[in-house]
Amino acid sequence: MNNFSYLQATQPKEATGAVRDNKQAAFIAGGTTLLDLMKLNVENHDQLVDINMLAFKGIEQTGDGLRIGALERMSDVGENPLVMQQYPMISQSLLQAASPQLRNMASIGGNLLQRTRCGYFRDTAFPCNKRQPGSGCPAQEGENRGLAILGGSKSCIATFPGDLAVALVALDAVLLLENAKGKQRRVPLVDFHLVPGNTPQRETVLEPGELIVSVTVPAAAHTRKSMYLKVRERTSYAYALASAAVGLDVQGGQIRSARVALGGVGTKPWRSREAEKVLTGAPATEATFRAAAAAALREAQPREHNRFKVELAQSTLVRALTELTAA
Amino acid sequence: METEPSFFETSPTPNVVGKPLNRVDGRDKVMGRAKYSAEYPIPGLTYGVLKTSDIAKGKIQNIDTSAAAKAPGVLAIYTHLNIPKLAVTPNDAEGKKAIGAPMGFMPLTSDVIHYAGQPVAVVVADTFERATHAADLVRVTYLTEQPIAAYTDPKAKIFDPQKIQDGKTDGKTRRGDARAALASAPVQLTGVFTHAINHHNPMEPGATTAVWEAPDRLTVYESTQGVTRTQKALSTMLGLPQDQVRVITKYLGGGFGCKGSCWPHTVLTVLAAKGVGRPVKLSLTRKQQFTSMGHREDQTQTLTLGATKEGKLTALIHEKTSTTSPWDNYAESNSKIINMLYDCPNFEASYQLARGNVMTSTFTRAPGEAPGSFALESLMDDLAYKLNIDPIQIRLLNHADKDPTNGQPWSSKSLKECYARGAELFGWSKRNPKAGATRNGRLLVGMGMATASYPVHNSQGMARVRLYADGHAVVQSGATDLGTGTYTVMTQVAADSLGLPPEKIRFELGDTKLPTAPNSGGSVAAGTVSSSVYMAAQDVWERLTKLAIKDKKSPLFGAKAEEVAIENGRLQLKKNKAKGEDYMALMKRAGLDDIEGSGNGKYGAGYETGQSASPADSGYKEPPAAHSMHSFGAHFCEVQVDPDLGTVRVTRWVSVHGAGRILNAKTARSQIIGGSIFGIGAALMEATHRDNQFARYVNADLADYHIPVNADIPDMTVEFIDERDPYINAMGVKGIGEISMVGVSAAVGNAIFHATGKRVRDLPMTPDKILATKPV
Ligand SMILES: Cc1cc2nc3c(=O)[nH]c(=O)nc-3n(C[C@H](O)[C@H](O)[C@H](O)COP(=O)(O)OP(=O)(O)OC[C@H]3O[C@@H](n4cnc5c(N)ncnc54)[C@H](O)[C@@H]3O)c2cc1C
Ligand code: SF4
Repeated sequence: MNNFSYLQATQPKEATGAVRDNKQAAFIAGGTTLLDLMKLNVENHDQLVDINMLAFKGIEQTGDGLRIGALERMSDVGENPLVMQQYPMISQSLLQAASPQLRNMASIGGNLLQRTRCGYFRDTAFPCNKRQPGSGCPAQEGENRGLAILGGSKSCIATFPGDLAVALVALDAVLLLENAKGKQRRVPLVDFHLVPGNTPQRETVLEPGELIVSVTVPAAAHTRKSMYLKVRERTSYAYALASAAVGLDVQGGQIRSARVALGGVGTKPWRSREAEKVLTGAPATEATFRAAAAAALREAQPREHNRFKVELAQSTLVRALTELTAA
Repeated sequence: METEPSFFETSPTPNVVGKPLNRVDGRDKVMGRAKYSAEYPIPGLTYGVLKTSDIAKGKIQNIDTSAAAKAPGVLAIYTHLNIPKLAVTPNDAEGKKAIGAPMGFMPLTSDVIHYAGQPVAVVVADTFERATHAADLVRVTYLTEQPIAAYTDPKAKIFDPQKIQDGKTDGKTRRGDARAALASAPVQLTGVFTHAINHHNPMEPGATTAVWEAPDRLTVYESTQGVTRTQKALSTMLGLPQDQVRVITKYLGGGFGCKGSCWPHTVLTVLAAKGVGRPVKLSLTRKQQFTSMGHREDQTQTLTLGATKEGKLTALIHEKTSTTSPWDNYAESNSKIINMLYDCPNFEASYQLARGNVMTSTFTRAPGEAPGSFALESLMDDLAYKLNIDPIQIRLLNHADKDPTNGQPWSSKSLKECYARGAELFGWSKRNPKAGATRNGRLLVGMGMATASYPVHNSQGMARVRLYADGHAVVQSGATDLGTGTYTVMTQVAADSLGLPPEKIRFELGDTKLPTAPNSGGSVAAGTVSSSVYMAAQDVWERLTKLAIKDKKSPLFGAKAEEVAIENGRLQLKKNKAKGEDYMALMKRAGLDDIEGSGNGKYGAGYETGQSASPADSGYKEPPAAHSMHSFGAHFCEVQVDPDLGTVRVTRWVSVHGAGRILNAKTARSQIIGGSIFGIGAALMEATHRDNQFARYVNADLADYHIPVNADIPDMTVEFIDERDPYINAMGVKGIGEISMVGVSAAVGNAIFHATGKRVRDLPMTPDKILATKPV
């Protein structure tokens, strides 16, 4: 771990300017991803710009949906009554993530920017294209049990490990970003994360120095009737082997609209329009759910140790849809 | 044995022993007053950090320390080129034996790299952060060779070792003619079982604070399960008389076997302290913990059984293949429990090893018994289903009334009572025997059980009691408390042995200045140390009795020593209890402020034969005793399995053990709970993954190496069968630290089988394996 200087920013411009002007600088919110990676020498920063004083707060119902400030903590959002009632899958995705201690520290913005748990990425003794472009990807033939079956490339098959982003991507969340010039832009979360392709080191469309200000989620029937199901090796404090975020609007046994995303299986939070297409307009039956799950995983490219995820992800999705429609 | 006093006679109705006394060290721990080995604020303390190898095989080409040396606060950087030399290294067999080293290799004695994570430099600085930073600045270049990661590597050479475990166990064992018996057996079953690499991961990592008091005198605060074994190892390596090295371990945050030996990081810290001329503290990082203190090795077991149509075992054949290091023939001896657990006349076992680029594996809680029982108890379950016999019945049918390995009687055995009581507590009779037939909504419910056993190993130790005339006592033994309750149970034993309330006892341990005690390993500590304490108290009474019968003013004047008995601190005639006096009065008259006694407690075969092993010796042979000595027990497990998702939840747990005298109902219960959870971890989630190409772990942290969390564990029911065993030691105590995890993974696997009809033979039984296994 390097020596670094510390700047506590009180205005967005101060923060964005500092990080834009120094390639080695990074924002720090809860620090639960950043400090870990710095201690592992996976990331080396000579300046940390603390953004916790910025006013990126609030969990509120706006005219057309939910707005969450990027600096709200995972625990506060997960336990917020509005979120629990109107956007249950968001609350569930948060409360099933990490541990209470981590959730108390970790911010919403930081959560969306957490990095893969690929063991090769997190140990500098290994080659890794994401950490050191061009060095190789030992995971392709190696210990890939936890890695992605959707969205991978020859360069990288790292799983996006988070839960919240899976829920948000299903619900058409939009990020509000602000750059060093003070200019704001809106980016749908589905377009925010990138698949690895030949540049696995590029994970999002965020520009240098650009901040996540807030997330908005449009309200709809399928946000209220939604759930997040996470399958993992132990009952808590574990990343998903597979997860499913589903939101449905069912009337008279017919699915009017559907939102589906998968976690633990994709190189990015995996919105499945293929599954949604099968579901929309179809009867809410097990056969429909199975067809949707098959569609969601049609493009799966498993490796030696993660083949089970193809079946597991489908079962997880079918289960989530079944439970949601039974409730 | 007969001439020695026993607690059964002197304290037939103990006051404190057996009671659920709260931990005497509990308050100090929660108040933060208990100091662990890396927490001593020694003046002038400096901080050591290991730099470890990125590669698993090859040579160091160059170590560039220039940038690190210039970093602020750096005091020294030691590599194989400049670290002070050892008088003796474990690099040859003779040195290894003399040291009692767990591994026949000491890093920083050459430029050769044998395993990933091998230390290549020690950086010493004035703060931990600066030392850590400087270690990052040390640039090492390597000439890399292709390593061998495991026995499963096609390039690995499998061989038949003559001996395993440092010569303790034969590579091949035969009893009767198992091949012939199998050939004629009407029922034959085989299972191939694999076990993932497991790491002990105690909460407190390995840590050493080394203080050279003089050029030839060393004090080490060490996170070890045995201060004396560490003292012996260090003094041998340093060429110092044993008493010139003092090792102190007042508190331990767990060990589970990985702290049972003196590992390289301890030695390197001591050498660095010598080099810089200042005290050095070195604490392993969690990641380094995975490559510094051994592990449970990756292994495949093939177990075959032959049985009659009625289910009586006629043959057992066990083969194990596992990975070992480039130098040592280490494998857990899985076959021992398979050999002794059931009445089976024909047995054969063999071990195969392959050298990989890994450090030497080491004892991990119930070494051999835990994975061995997984194979045996899973296959016994298969036999029960095959013959349509209840799993408990099949075990009763094969119950070993005598030790099948040598025909000897057991010193005590309550296994049948354990089955019966466990079944009752668990509600076994309500179980629908058919596999896959019990449901709770979507979930499949399964109930399984397995037998547990663990030997009473041979051991001995010493203790000292100083009884004060004002009615308090200091009791000492150089034992260690892994956090499991040694302080507490020894306080109880001393209290009853001296007739004092526990508040009047101070028990001290964890220091080589104290009387020698054995390693806290092999479940010997509770029985050995308690017997030593008891014997030391008896020594005090003997001295006081001598005093009394010679003292004209004593009511006991003129009596014979053997006519005097002690009851609650009173010396009195056996035949006329009214005639006697309190020891305080006696001591006051004699002008004694205090009186000391010392005791030698023997445990296991050594108690019965009088031939005890050296407390620090790791390679001893058990002497032949007239009885075979084991604790026995049974675990009962209920699981709920999600058939679509492959997830398993343990929903109910019952463990019943017969383990001799239970010294403290509360700490004993906690031991069994802890061991069972340890076993559930191994059964369902624990696995360290070593990359095949690089022979390096990819999940060396506690986020990705899963151990159970609270939510994984249901309420657990634990009971003990009252057992009175006069053959094993003066206290009648058997260890419980390890039996608690024997059979656990089989109980879980058997419950999964009952739930799903799927026999999973690969540990851990994670959802992917549950999904991939076809029902039989
Ligand atoms: C042991 C462990 C288990 C975990 N388990 C789970 C789990 O099961 N599910 C799950 O979803 N997550 C899990 N996590 C991840 C955890 O949720 C994230 O670490 C956390 O959400 C990150 O938030 P933070 O505020 O601490 O981010 P930080 O560590 O402060 O920052 C992370 C990154 O985001 C950048 N950043 C932070 N805020 C902003 C912003 N507003 N604008 C622009 N850039 C920003 C930082 O520069 C940094 O690069 C786990 C983490 C750990 C350590
Ligand atoms: S999968 Fe991606 S992160 Fe993992 S080793 Fe390959 S390139 Fe690196």
